[in-house]
Amino acid sequence: MNVVHLVTMALLSTAALMTSLRLVRGPTEFDRILAVDVLSVLLVSAIAVFMAAGGGPAYATLTVVIALLGFVGSVTAARLAGKRHGAS
Amino acid sequence: MSVADAVSAVLLPSGAAFCALGALGVLRFTNVLARLHAATKPQTIGLVLILIGAAVQTGSPAASATLLLTAVFQLLTVPVIAETIGAAAYHGGVVPPGSLVLDEGGGEGP
Repeated sequence: MNVVHLVTMALLSTAALMTSLRLVRGPTEFDRILAVDVLSVLLVSAIAVFMAAGGGPAYATLTVVIALLGFVGSVTAARLAGKRHGAS
Repeated sequence: MSVADAVSAVLLPSGAAFCALGALGVLRFTNVLARLHAATKPQTIGLVLILIGAAVQTGSPAASATLLLTAVFQLLTVPVIAETIGAAAYHGGVVPPGSLVLDEGGGEGP
């Protein structure tokens, strides 16, 4: 891991920290769903950087799986939250 | 330093910078739709830049192909996620009235 990967990881960590702060603050559940989705994208980015830094090619499948799970989870949660808000 | 190293040394930090700026927008903007606008930057351009940067440097064609598959998949799914969250927030009534310049939702929203 050289200085390029360290800088990249530091930027991604800062992004994850700011997104987590939004996840804690809310104020609506749509903000929280959005924050979780951004966090899953940042996780995929961090895995890709880890691979580039010498982590080996075996982690490539993991990025597809996390992207897929993030998509299904966010769409399901958003539809559920929208239904609940619309009903009230 | 090879060509692949140089390419990924440009792509990885610029993608991460997009991620950080998008996350700053998610933290600082004032309502759901504005945050949605900021959140799609790390989800599309930031992630795609990082994935291409990693795909150049892995040295394994299979892993590079899988990373590019993730990039294509992400470009296809991000609009769906954004539309779903945006429509749910609009119809759920959490968008402040008057925050929209143009409201084409048929008047059933905020």
